[in-house]
Amino acid sequence: MSAPAISVVGLGKSYRLGTPARYGSLRDSLAALAKGKLGCARGDEIWALRDVSFAIAQGEVVGVIGRNGSGKSTLLKVLARITQPTTGEARIYGRVGSLLEVGSGFHPELTGRENIYLGGAVIGMRRREIAGRFAEIVAFAELERFIDTPVKHYSSGMYMRLAFAVAAHLDAEILLIDEVLAVGDAAFQARCLSKIGELAGHGRTVVFVSHQLSAVRRFCSQALWLDGGRVRGHGHTDEMMAAYLASLDPGGGHGTAAQIAALPPDPALRLLAVALRQNGQPTLQAETGMPLEVVIDYEVLQRTPGLRVYVILRDLDDAAIFRSHAHGEQTGLPTALPGRYRATCTFPPNLLAPRRYIIEASADVHNVRKCFVPGARLAFDLHDSGVLPFAFASDGARGVQIAPLLPWRTSPLDGPRDA
Amino acid sequence: MAEPSTSTPPLTVIRPQQGWADLGLGELWAYRELLGMLAWRDLAVRYKQTALGVLWVVLQPLAMVLVFTIALGRIAVFRDPAAPYPLLVLGGLLPWILVARGLVDGGGALSANQRLLGKVYFPRAALPAAAVLAALADLLIALVLALGVLAVWGHPPGTATLLLPLLLIQTLLLALGVGWWVSALDGRWRDVRHTIPFLAQLWFFASPIAYPLAAVDAAWRWLYMFNPLTGLVEGFRWCLLGAPAPPGVLLATSACLAVGLAGSGLLLFRRWERDLADHL
Repeated sequence: MSAPAISVVGLGKSYRLGTPARYGSLRDSLAALAKGKLGCARGDEIWALRDVSFAIAQGEVVGVIGRNGSGKSTLLKVLARITQPTTGEARIYGRVGSLLEVGSGFHPELTGRENIYLGGAVIGMRRREIAGRFAEIVAFAELERFIDTPVKHYSSGMYMRLAFAVAAHLDAEILLIDEVLAVGDAAFQARCLSKIGELAGHGRTVVFVSHQLSAVRRFCSQALWLDGGRVRGHGHTDEMMAAYLASLDPGGGHGTAAQIAALPPDPALRLLAVALRQNGQPTLQAETGMPLEVVIDYEVLQRTPGLRVYVILRDLDDAAIFRSHAHGEQTGLPTALPGRYRATCTFPPNLLAPRRYIIEASADVHNVRKCFVPGARLAFDLHDSGVLPFAFASDGARGVQIAPLLPWRTSPLDGPRDA
Repeated sequence: MAEPSTSTPPLTVIRPQQGWADLGLGELWAYRELLGMLAWRDLAVRYKQTALGVLWVVLQPLAMVLVFTIALGRIAVFRDPAAPYPLLVLGGLLPWILVARGLVDGGGALSANQRLLGKVYFPRAALPAAAVLAALADLLIALVLALGVLAVWGHPPGTATLLLPLLLIQTLLLALGVGWWVSALDGRWRDVRHTIPFLAQLWFFASPIAYPLAAVDAAWRWLYMFNPLTGLVEGFRWCLLGAPAPPGVLLATSACLAVGLAGSGLLLFRRWERDLADHL
């Protein structure tokens, strides 16, 4: 192994839940002081990172993968020195550029030109360096004509392009990149991602956090898999990815029960069971041509306006394809009353593609909070029912996220012609 | 393990820190370009899209001098043998311009830049400092105006005026100290930002700006020693209006207080800045 770029030993980060007395209002602090409790008021502690150790060699491009809340963003924030760790130590050899959000330093009143200098300075670029790459930045953002317009007059797309362009021209030995960098319309997103790939390809050390597993697969030779704030694995991207995806597939009803038991308790709702059914039978191997039911059994613990369960359909890269909330029949905001319920959501036949999906069941209180993030997940396979017996007609179902069978009608515009 | 062929890259060690840190002046210096850019931003944004632009810098002290002269100028005890009342107020307002902005803009710099704090690393102490530096530009413009007014009024700059740069440095230190203190407190307790306007008003009237120190009852005058602005205000007046004797003791006390406030403010700020991103 070549010289290390980043070495992390026993890193941990804890947050206190609720508002500890030290950081509320002054009155609360004074009250706590009077009781002699200042600074030792103990709320519930939550460890966003726990005993994390790994080493990254110079020039490696490492993707950090894991579910929501597994500590990916916290790890990046600690490495970027935005927040300090609670335990452990990280050694970083080289100048660090952290691109956790584009346009952080931008000010709406300033022109594009002024913001390039400001935004560059904020992420650690020297004035000379920015001046030297100014033309390149403007060209990448495709904003030559508007460079002396205040950015408050930019469209959000233009703003994002400029912000990314500045960030992408940061020169540092080690880059920490958050996926939110890929912004704007699909075409610009593709350019962002290829620029990230280019940055990664020049001997730089890159730590890349992404929910888009396809991006990790494309750029990263190594992957660091975090789970519940701990390192679950660190190695070749393909191996890590396979292990991670396998962990998302709990393998039958048993896994779901364990997942549900592990969900954080919520005062309003308890999940009891989540199952997929087709033809009245629970299954994880279903057909595309028949209705598919997601059955959620739950218990409402207290009267709660706006409480409801919902499902999210995800692809294997963990990206959400769609979400559907149990909406009930009545208009207005329904109130959930204590008791046990079974909610059934029916996916119509010929909507999904023959492939593997993940279904996630969760609950939220409208406009207030989500009960569990993430919820309970099931991975399932759909198989082609052969409703459309001709390859001719079923072409559309290949390599797509969903394959709805949509009505088509073709009629001649003018009278028939002789062949 | 192979050694890197080029020069060894800089090593950053990230570990939990407890207790008091050093002042971190070296790092602040390393980030001087960012400090300059942030100050320039505060300045540019302040005067963008304002019809009168930089003229505001000049109009504000002039308006205050006018109001005080009309309201209080005829009160006998407020008269000073050395200079007419309006010039007295003008001289007193100069250090106040910077210190007040240190309190208001410097003190509120963390809340005003929350988004930055959660996304990028840089020495946080640069934020209040940049706000103060932006205000320094205002002070310099107002100072040029004041020198002009004084010359027209028959008080051309004298030898004492040469000491003005020293007084400016002292004012800057005081403003920085106030900015770091208040922003550190503001980062921790949200109620601080609501009390800032009140504090500014209180401090203004508790300082001999709109009146000469001599007008204060002798029994209470010793209290003014503890106000770091007192020495500065008297110092500016001496520099610009040429009072007979320099306010030596007052100025020295004030200088000590300014250095003390700046040092302790930065220390406190450095101690509390670590938790900022977690609860702002």
